[in-house]
Amino acid sequence: MEALLNALPGWALLPDAVQTVGVIVAQIVPILIVLTLCVAYLTYAERKVIGYIQNRIGPNRVGFKGLLQPFADVLKLMLKEVVIPTNSNRFLFVIAPLLAIIPAFATWAVIPFNDHFVLADINAGLLYVLALTSVGVYGVILAGWASNSKYAFLGAMRSAAQIVAYEIAMGFALVGVLMAAGSLNLGDIVRAQGGGTLLSWFWLPLLPLFVVYFISGVAETNRAPFDVAEGESEIVAGFHVEYSGMAFAVFFLAEYANMILISALTALFFLGGWLSPFAGLPVLGDTFLAEPGFFWFALKTALFLFCFLWFRATFPRYRYDQIMRLGWKVFIPVTIIWIFVLGGMVHLEIGPWAR
Amino acid sequence: MSSMTRSFFKTYFLWELFQGLRLTFRNLWVRKFTVAYPEEKTPQSPRFRGLHALRRYANGEERCIACKLCEAVCPALAITIESSTGPDGTRRTSRYDIDLFKCIYCGFCEEACPVDAVVETRIHEYHMERRGENIMSKDKLLAVGDRYEAMIAADKAADARYR
Repeated sequence: MEALLNALPGWALLPDAVQTVGVIVAQIVPILIVLTLCVAYLTYAERKVIGYIQNRIGPNRVGFKGLLQPFADVLKLMLKEVVIPTNSNRFLFVIAPLLAIIPAFATWAVIPFNDHFVLADINAGLLYVLALTSVGVYGVILAGWASNSKYAFLGAMRSAAQIVAYEIAMGFALVGVLMAAGSLNLGDIVRAQGGGTLLSWFWLPLLPLFVVYFISGVAETNRAPFDVAEGESEIVAGFHVEYSGMAFAVFFLAEYANMILISALTALFFLGGWLSPFAGLPVLGDTFLAEPGFFWFALKTALFLFCFLWFRATFPRYRYDQIMRLGWKVFIPVTIIWIFVLGGMVHLEIGPWAR
Repeated sequence: MSSMTRSFFKTYFLWELFQGLRLTFRNLWVRKFTVAYPEEKTPQSPRFRGLHALRRYANGEERCIACKLCEAVCPALAITIESSTGPDGTRRTSRYDIDLFKCIYCGFCEEACPVDAVVETRIHEYHMERRGENIMSKDKLLAVGDRYEAMIAADKAADARYR
């Protein structure tokens, strides 16, 4: 990327500060574009996968096999009017979608795509991830409150309580990852899982935390079966009832970006990120299958994304009190107990702590 | 194993959830039922009840004798008939209107007709663009009948052995 910019005429004449900003922007923009495209095709994949599970074929009219469907949807949403309710708080109503989407995108700064490429290789990467995913809930709460609508407000309250409950279990699950990796840097967490086959990844010693983390992730993103925040049978559409057109599209984008984010994080923390599951297998030799690389990271993320869609097509929506029970009375005790088990494992030097 | 430990393991290993996931995953690969409508169509019965038509005899004479049985039997009161004497002195309809918005496509008119004059054809892809086009006048009904007589006759013949 830097070499590309250096080739620009007059680039070397610019002050250093401008050059630094230029390089960072040149890295951010491709990530954002690719991410937005992924979101667009995730909506398409969702409709196709759920369609196939329900013995239908899903969208197939726009473009070959319906591949242009996401663009048709975006075009339609862009042409629609953004209605701002008279009694809403205009300022908060308008910035709420932005508050929902900015954390979803900003978190990608610390995600390592392969061994070399990460936008911001900061040491407190894990804390940054936790902090930003928590900020995302403000978008939902403010959208519900600023709409001045009972349904939106109920949806926002539900979503807030749910995210707070599951954040704790998620945090505890990440404590387990911390104990195993001994680092907050996401790249180091992945590197700590290397050195062996897929059995040396953290999913095995941290199996309960892995399950808890992914299910909490589904709850965090307000996806089925934890989507009471937009339970259409009860509260119309939840926090975004009053939103239309592009404002609604931004919420939609944020939800799907969060799904990709949670999938990527689960792949990084528990499935060894960019590491190859076939590393060290003599049969494959030195083909790309045995090499660690972005390919594996994308594949693992896609696997978890498929699980999101699969869950949505399979499970009925949880009742609200059951969600709370699962979060507080099952997940938090399970994670705490497993952290103690991990403590024992560290003490006895078994699993990832073997010397 | 006591029932408590069994239920504990069943709960914490998400046994039933995995069963559900297995079912949906299997359905992912099942053959799809979707019919791509305008290009593909589902098979139609000869008894299909679609747009109405008035038929003629082979010599061009209208079948309808204005007996008004269809008007009487119509549960939706969609049919309006006025009768008069035709130029050759026979009893004929001077007005025969079917309101397609009132019609519920029950087929009773067809059943009631003693001379097989009013029928419901298989045509189901039609639309109205202007107010009033929903009223099928006698001319329009006869035109439909003339145009699709071959299909109507074939359908009647196919269904005859069950009547």
